[in-house]
Amino acid sequence: MLQFLFRRLAVLIPTFVGVSIIAFAFIRLLPGDPVQMMAGERVISPERHAELSQQLGFDRPIVVQYLDYLGGIVTGDFGNSIVTKRPVLSEFLALFPATLELSICAILLAVIIGVPLGIIAAVKRGSWFDQGVMGVALVGYSMPIFWWGLLLIIFFSGVLQLTPVSGRISLMYFFPPVTGFMLIDSLLSGQSGAFKSALSHLILPTVVLATIPLAVIARQTRSAMLEVLSEDYVRTARAKGLPPRRVIGLHALRNALIPVVTTIGLQIGVLMAGAILTETIFSWPGIGKWMVDSVFRRDYTVVQGGLLLIAIIIMVVNLLVDVLYGLINPRIRY
Amino acid sequence: MKLKSAFAAALLAATMMSGAAAAKTFVYCSEGSPEGFDPGLYTAGTTFDAAAHTVYNRLLEFKPGTTETIPGLAEDYQISEDGLEYTFKLRPGVKFHTTEYFTPTRDLNADDVVYSFERQWKSDNPWNKYVAGANWEYFNGMGLPDLLESVEKVDDLTVRIKLKRPEAPFLASLAMPFASIMSKEYLDKLEADGQMNLLNQQPVGTGPFQFVAYQQDAVIRYKANENYHNGKQKIDDLVFAITPDASVRYQKLKAGECHLMPYPNSADVEEIKADPNLKVQEQEGLNVAYLAYNTKVAPFDDVRVRKALNHAINKEAIVEAVFQGQATPAKNPIPPTMWSYNDAIEDDAYDLDQAKKLLEEAGVGNFDMKIWAMPVSRPYMLNARRAAEIMQADFQKIGVNVEIVSYEWAEYLERSKAEDRDGAVMLGWTGDNGDPDNFLHTLLGCEAVGGNNRAQWCNEEFNSLVMKAKEASEVDERTRLYEEAQVVFKREAPWATIDHSLSVVPMRKNVEGFVQSPLGDFAFEGVDLVE
Amino acid sequence: MAVNTPKTVAEPVVLEGEHSASAIRWAMLAEFWYYFRQNRGAVVGAAVFTIILLVAIFAPLIAPHDPITQVRGAFLKPPVWQAGGSWEYILGTDPVGRDILSRLIYGARFSLFVGLVVVTISVSVGVVVGLIAGYFRGPLDTFIMRLMDIILAFPSLLLALVLVAILGPGLLNAMIAIALVLQPHFVRLTRAAVMAEKNKDYVMAAKVAGASRMRLMFRTILPNCTAPLIVQGTLSFSNAILDAAALGFLGMGAQPPTPEWGTMLAEAREFVMRAWWVVTFPGLAILITVLAINLMGDGLRDALDPKLKRS
Repeated sequence: MLQFLFRRLAVLIPTFVGVSIIAFAFIRLLPGDPVQMMAGERVISPERHAELSQQLGFDRPIVVQYLDYLGGIVTGDFGNSIVTKRPVLSEFLALFPATLELSICAILLAVIIGVPLGIIAAVKRGSWFDQGVMGVALVGYSMPIFWWGLLLIIFFSGVLQLTPVSGRISLMYFFPPVTGFMLIDSLLSGQSGAFKSALSHLILPTVVLATIPLAVIARQTRSAMLEVLSEDYVRTARAKGLPPRRVIGLHALRNALIPVVTTIGLQIGVLMAGAILTETIFSWPGIGKWMVDSVFRRDYTVVQGGLLLIAIIIMVVNLLVDVLYGLINPRIRY
Repeated sequence: MKLKSAFAAALLAATMMSGAAAAKTFVYCSEGSPEGFDPGLYTAGTTFDAAAHTVYNRLLEFKPGTTETIPGLAEDYQISEDGLEYTFKLRPGVKFHTTEYFTPTRDLNADDVVYSFERQWKSDNPWNKYVAGANWEYFNGMGLPDLLESVEKVDDLTVRIKLKRPEAPFLASLAMPFASIMSKEYLDKLEADGQMNLLNQQPVGTGPFQFVAYQQDAVIRYKANENYHNGKQKIDDLVFAITPDASVRYQKLKAGECHLMPYPNSADVEEIKADPNLKVQEQEGLNVAYLAYNTKVAPFDDVRVRKALNHAINKEAIVEAVFQGQATPAKNPIPPTMWSYNDAIEDDAYDLDQAKKLLEEAGVGNFDMKIWAMPVSRPYMLNARRAAEIMQADFQKIGVNVEIVSYEWAEYLERSKAEDRDGAVMLGWTGDNGDPDNFLHTLLGCEAVGGNNRAQWCNEEFNSLVMKAKEASEVDERTRLYEEAQVVFKREAPWATIDHSLSVVPMRKNVEGFVQSPLGDFAFEGVDLVE
Repeated sequence: MAVNTPKTVAEPVVLEGEHSASAIRWAMLAEFWYYFRQNRGAVVGAAVFTIILLVAIFAPLIAPHDPITQVRGAFLKPPVWQAGGSWEYILGTDPVGRDILSRLIYGARFSLFVGLVVVTISVSVGVVVGLIAGYFRGPLDTFIMRLMDIILAFPSLLLALVLVAILGPGLLNAMIAIALVLQPHFVRLTRAAVMAEKNKDYVMAAKVAGASRMRLMFRTILPNCTAPLIVQGTLSFSNAILDAAALGFLGMGAQPPTPEWGTMLAEAREFVMRAWWVVTFPGLAILITVLAINLMGDGLRDALDPKLKRS
């Protein structure tokens, strides 16, 4: 086990260095001199230009700039945003809970609905239920979620006036963040109605973000379940006359869930990409929107640091999934 | 909507806080997050609205609704005969905010003023580099390092600023957000605590509102300053609800979730005007879009050619196609909200026959030219390519073939400066301090050739008028000089002036006392909500 | 959109030797069609896809209006069945008076074109790189696979967004960016298949018979890895369409006035509350196209995958 972890970490480190080089190189490739960009229509003198370049460190050899950047990262310094001049890491940490809250809710929703649907569809293979679920799942899987979000807004916010259009909580409530999770903070604040408000703001974005993972998980659970159900040991159990519920619940399910766990883990990347669109549509103050805004503002250091931080999160989650996979799958020995 | 219960809860919370009758909360759906809360560091209007106009004051302020300066923290000032020495008398008894994170022990004095300038100016000031990449954009951009000789304290309530040369627009610069006055006491405390970064997150000023909290990319909260030197505001709480999407802002305004919003979609304006619960204010922005010929290159070195092309531009069509009417055609290089705007000037009418005649007189037959169209959308020109296409179609009719070119934005700005540049460049300008000098000298003066002067136009008559106005200290005198300069400009036609965008501010019917600023600021001093 | 979750793709079809005569080819095709036909969804998907393809090809003949021309006085006309609609503009008009139906018809061209180009680029590059990695192994293989890991470490849409920001917004650059982020899947697939095939008898036999390296890689091994590649290719086709639309929606894809579906949605956003039709139809077009392709993909997988055939 330990050896396995070390081996994985050994792979992770060169990947991380590669990721950092790419993130760093990208930003140097972005068109337009950042100093000129900041000045806009205003003309700045060559001296001032040189001074600013020097202050921002753009005048040094590229290798030195990179090593400097890498050195900073090790100590948790991802540089300062060109636009806000605040540390990239602290902006990231301030916004990350919003994305995390949304992602956790979405993945929970996807698992809670997707796994049972997949199991039932597999057990009742070929029935109208199976066909219906799989049909809907394929539609969900093919969904342009940015459009799906707009449709939900039109219907639930526009026509029915049930849900708010954007943000995390009504402006009427105000309390300092404790955990950064609005659902928990609103409960801690003790203000009546705050939790309800936070919840009503969360519903539509969660549904939108959960759509694709839900479809994938339902499909995956079904096919994993089908495979397991055709295995010899399940057939033996059935032949022995064990009640079907016991066969499915005890024998089949446990083994079918193994590939499903991997699938769920793989959805993290999907969630991050989905968060970009979902947060943009619902003005959700998280890192997806932050990244999109920064790309448009040409906030080089934020794009660079954000790419890197997100990649790190995805790599770590993938590692955890692999470890978890090993723990629940007795067939894998390290 | 769940508004009622939420509102009740808010009322409850507010009464608990103040222990008094219902608090008035004014919600502004702002268009973006502030970059930070130190106005000296930034250039974006969004930041100034959130930091400078709420929390801070300056020595001089802009008179609401105009670009004239009036006394602010300085009650009064004197200018020496030679125009080199400015002596400011500070208002006595001005209090800095008392907040959860800072309690002032003294009133505003000359030390605060001197320090507020020195931190941006002197590289040995501990605050000069307190955040990485602190460029003091505007302090440098307005040329103060080259202009200032010294800023000194004379006594506790007197500050003397000496200049290296006379420059009248300097006063307008002092009313700009970057010149906000900080508390030296607060700065010293932060420095002693080793927490200098906090200045940019927890501001302390003398302004009408004091900072309460900021949730990044979501909400900024302020409350009225109890001890404001102009009296406490009529609203108790001010909230900026950050809502980048214009249609969402409009939704919130319609639902009563906010009271005022900036920058509506031009497509929504008609509907907003028709809504019985809403009203709008409209005003030309402090900007101009122009097409700058290169007056150093044939055939544009001939004024008749430039005039001819000016007659062939259909500004009404451009305003309609690009702005859906939310702009006005421009005849002068400065916007109509600026003092000294010369309204007597007659615009070159859209007249293709006249254009053809002028071309014949100049002896140029059909020719080819380039029009540069910006690759980005700017407030003064939302879609340069569309505007260029309209010009292209009209120029074709008078025998001028146009090729539209464009470059990546930074490159565009750089390349368009070249003195031997080929073709006419579309560009624009948004004023910084409302002084005509900021347009006429900055964009058309001889010094700016090869730089901001994209027409490469150095006209002695025009330049001497503008230089004289720069040094004159009497506003009447300056007005006269600028009005004359505009006449010269129109006669010589280095640019085709295209448009000034219109800024439309929708608000709830019960909002009172909001004065639209020609500088494009959103300042809420004096705003009230009536039933 | 980032739906590039690698799906379970089955082992490649193993055939007896490479000297398959044309008769065997026909038999294979017939078998494929037999299995494909079994899946009703797949047939419907293929039919819908064919219709969309025809619409795209004959767009200038079918479209009632020019997709770019703005008609003054026909702003935001509702669809024909709603009060105020007319047969002139069957699906209504957009905020600047362009016929939505015509724009959708022309938009089909862009979406299919994007899918085609992206899949072509990512398959050809991915296959070559994967073959090289799988065939030669060693440090080169390690290097290539690390590089793919790096690309996969970023959320695909985010990476594409940044890439397009670097290259400059536009449909062409969006296609390049999407191809780049989709291509690691092909590399991994090809490499795995090559490694599985490399030591099989028929490859050994060809090697002994003196086949060159190029021949071994492209003529002997590659044809036996095509099944999973075709399935992955179909998936990438729909992913490419979704991603391109998402980039268009974020303002980094095709630029106005191009009638690309995602860009149309982006332009329509401000009318969400006022004119449902400008928002609804472009998204519906994307959904239908992607759904048709995914239905086909499922059918292809069933038909080409011996393991699932068995069950």
